[in-house]
This record gives sequence, structure tokens and C-alpha cells, in this order.
Amino acid sequence: MDELAPMAVALEDATVAFRLGEGRFYTAVEKASLSVAQGEFVAIVGPTGCGKSTLLNLAAGLLRPAAGAAKVFDRPLVGLNRDAGYLFQADSLFPWKTALDNVAIGLEIAGTPRTKALSRARDLLDSVGLGAFRGRYPHMLSGGQRKRVGLAQVLIRNPKILLMDEPFGPLDAQTRQIMGNLLLELWNADRKAVLFVTHDLEEAIALADRVVIMSAGPSARIIGNWRVGLPRPRDIFEVRLTEEFHSLHGRIWSALKGEVMKGYAQSAREA
Amino acid sequence: MSRLTLISLQLLVALVALALWQLLATVPIFGRMWLPPFFFSTPVDVFSQVISWFSTGVIWKHLLITLWESILAFVLGSAAGVLIGFWFARRPTVAAVFDPYVKMTNALPRVVLAPIFTLWLGLGIWSKVALGVTLVFFIVFFNVYQGVKEVSQTLVDNGRMLGMSERQLMRHVYWPSALSWMFSSLHTSVGFAVVGAVVGEYLGSAAGLGYLIQQAEGVFDVAGVFAGMFVLSVFVILIDIAVSLVERRLLVWRPTAARD
Repeated sequence: MDELAPMAVALEDATVAFRLGEGRFYTAVEKASLSVAQGEFVAIVGPTGCGKSTLLNLAAGLLRPAAGAAKVFDRPLVGLNRDAGYLFQADSLFPWKTALDNVAIGLEIAGTPRTKALSRARDLLDSVGLGAFRGRYPHMLSGGQRKRVGLAQVLIRNPKILLMDEPFGPLDAQTRQIMGNLLLELWNADRKAVLFVTHDLEEAIALADRVVIMSAGPSARIIGNWRVGLPRPRDIFEVRLTEEFHSLHGRIWSALKGEVMKGYAQSAREA
Repeated sequence: MSRLTLISLQLLVALVALALWQLLATVPIFGRMWLPPFFFSTPVDVFSQVISWFSTGVIWKHLLITLWESILAFVLGSAAGVLIGFWFARRPTVAAVFDPYVKMTNALPRVVLAPIFTLWLGLGIWSKVALGVTLVFFIVFFNVYQGVKEVSQTLVDNGRMLGMSERQLMRHVYWPSALSWMFSSLHTSVGFAVVGAVVGEYLGSAAGLGYLIQQAEGVFDVAGVFAGMFVLSVFVILIDIAVSLVERRLLVWRPTAARD
């Protein structure tokens, strides 16, 4: 990789703390450094509640670091990250808009004439395989279909950086794999920088170029960084069957296991 | 149960009730009249009153007045409720300052305001509209306030990340959400608009269904009172059906509306 090209996203010793009231703070993430090169697909894996989403919100500009910095293409991030598209974990489609309008809105608010925005939205819905569902409202779509619309909604603005927060978390195993392949296929077309948060290590390895491991919170840190050398283009059904996948999975899992147990112990104490 | 049997059973209930009423009001049983016609009238008298109202056409003027008052009360009350609800939800300081007064006003039984409105606005339609507005306003206001307050943070964040400005967030996120809450209270607020109109008329007016009922009561014309009540309930049912039709069109995107 070209060392001189600016990183699409870089977090430098970023610390995030939330105020709990009465002068007490909860440190969610401590001194996290992480960078995503242009065209690179990075997955963040960590136990539940470890602050993975917090890192993503930092990169999106929805959160500000208490210490450290967030940079986008070498410039300090001020306000929202205008180069990024964000696919949220929770349902984030506008329930009062049809699938087509939900996708077109990103262009419409940027001032693109409606007819043009709609025709572009039609193309994108076709590319995520939902051409026939244009007129449906979100509640008439399945969970997987809603995520497809969400993906199209984000992609229509053609962001240089894609931030994804456990986007396929609520889906069943089969749908997740199908969505994973769809994502890789779309990503392969123009190789945006991707920061993908998941709690599923297998998903992370199958999708990403690099897997970043986080420790259990509070004060979660980045504790590992693994390059995934699996050849592209990949099919995530088949890649899981390879020897390389298994050995990498074994090595990362042994590092992650202790943190998962810690995370469980923590949440058990709090509950 | 099939639709046909259901309707037949529903009709049967009405027929039995009316037959009993007619019987007890006209035929002495055990030497006494159980429903003296002076106090209870008879179904036949009530219906002949209704028919004469419609055949002579006197009723239309009253119906139109009540309808007009209800529409005005609904439109004005809703508009004020939406605007102020929206404003309060977006400006927590304003909401906090006005909170005790909103609660105080809402706690007031609206009927006591009727004489004041008559004094201020006269016997015409506007005193009735004002009464209806005070009823409709609070329902819409509380719903819209809640609706805007409870817009999902994910939707707002998503809108921001898609590049929406504050104004665009208003238009594409907060506004539709507020309106959907207003529409979800449509039946109640339309109902209250009619209540405001009729109660206002009843307490002092020169026309309308409430006036008709009050006039009949004033001369102990029980048949007239019941006839007025009958016309009023049919009127309210028709309005409710119209509201349901509007609702189905406006809330297609809502899972609950689709299931109904």
C-alpha cells in the first residue's frame, strides 16, 4: 500500500468519555488508534458493549473525542464527516417514505432535481435486488430488505468512506451471508474505505482486509490487528471452508476469547 | 360469524329495544304505563319528528351550522396544536416555562368557558368554534409534542449523515413524525370538535343541532329531544367514517393503519 496516500479515516489516541452526572465519567474508549486506508475494508470486532459503535461515531463526527483526534483524509474532523456514509444498526429508514423515496432523499436534499434523483434511486434499488419493491413502505419489507434499502440509501451519495455498525446484526444467518456477499460485490466495484463493526468474528474475517480486536469495556482499547490475506474477490460461503480461514480464525479467537469472558463477567456484575 | 348474521343480530337489538320502548310507552301493563310518553315519548313520535325535519328541510340549516362549527374548531385547534406543540418540543426552555399554565388550562372543565366565549364572541358560530378549539387544541398539542420529542435518535442521526440541514431535518424527519401523531389522534380530536360545537350551541345560540335539542327541551318536547339526539349520533357516525377514510389514506406507511 502506498504509504504517502492519506488515510481515509484515522483515529489518533482517541479517548471518549461520557458524563454520568455528579462529576463522574464513564470512559468508553481509551487511547484508540486506528486507521483505514483508501480502498481498505477494516472490521472491528469486540465483545458486546465494548465501544465499537463509539469508534464508528467518532469517525462519523457524531461524537467528539475527549482527547486525541479524528482525521479524515489527513484533515482534522470538524463537525460531521461529510465524506462518510453511515449504515446504522437500528432501523434507520424513514417510515413515512417509500423504499424509492428513502433512497432518493440523499440526492434530493443535496439539490438534485427530483426526477433525476428518482431515476438514480431506481438504479440503486435494482443493484441491491429490490427493483420490484420500490413502492413499499419500510414496514412492508423484511429485515433483510430494509438493510438493502439502507445500503442503497447510503450509497446513492457515493461516499468515499462507508461506516457500518453491525448492519446485519438483526438478520438470520442465511440472510447475513447473502447480505455479506452483496456488500462485497458492491464494494468491489469502486473499493471505498470501509469501517465495519461486528461482534461476529467469522463475518469480520470473511469480509475484511484487516480485523481489529477491541478489549472489553469500560476503557476499551484496541488489542489486536490482524491482516486477512484471503484472495479477492471472495465468496463468503466458500471462503469459510478454506484452511487459511480456519487457521486465522483460530489465532484471532484465542486472542479474543479472554476479552469475551471478561465482557461477560462485567455485564453479569452490572446486572 | 358471517357479516350478514352480524348485521342481522345488530338490527335485531335495535328492533327489540324500539319495540319494547313503543310497547311500554303506549300499552298499560298491570294497570300502569311504565314509560309515560310525556317523559319518554315513543319511537314512532321520534321518527315522525325526524322525518318531518328532513321533509320540510328545516334540519339542513342546523346540520350545516354544526358541521361548519366543527370543521372550523378542528382546523383551527389542530393548526394551533401542531404549531405550538412543535415549538415547545424543539425549545425545551419555552416548554418548561409554560408547563404549569398548560397543565392549569387543560385541567379546567371547558364547559365553564362557554359563557365567557358567548360574552366575548356573541351568540353566533364563533363562540362555539372557540369552545371546540380549546378541546381540540390540547389533544393535538400533547400528541405532537410527544411525537416530536420521541423521534428516534437513529432517524435524526441518519438524516444528519445523509447531509440534512436543520431545516431539512424539520421537513423530512420532525414534521412527518409530528403529523403522524396528530393523525393518530384524529378520531378523538374530530369527536371533540363536534362536542365543542354542540355543547356551545346548547348553552346559547340561534341555530345548530345543540340549539334544536335545547329548544325542544325548553317546551318539554321529549320527542324533539330524542330526535335531535338521533340525528346527532348519525351525524357523528358519518363524520367518523369520513375520518377513517382520510386516515387510511394518510397513514398507509404505518403498520397499525394497514392492519386495521
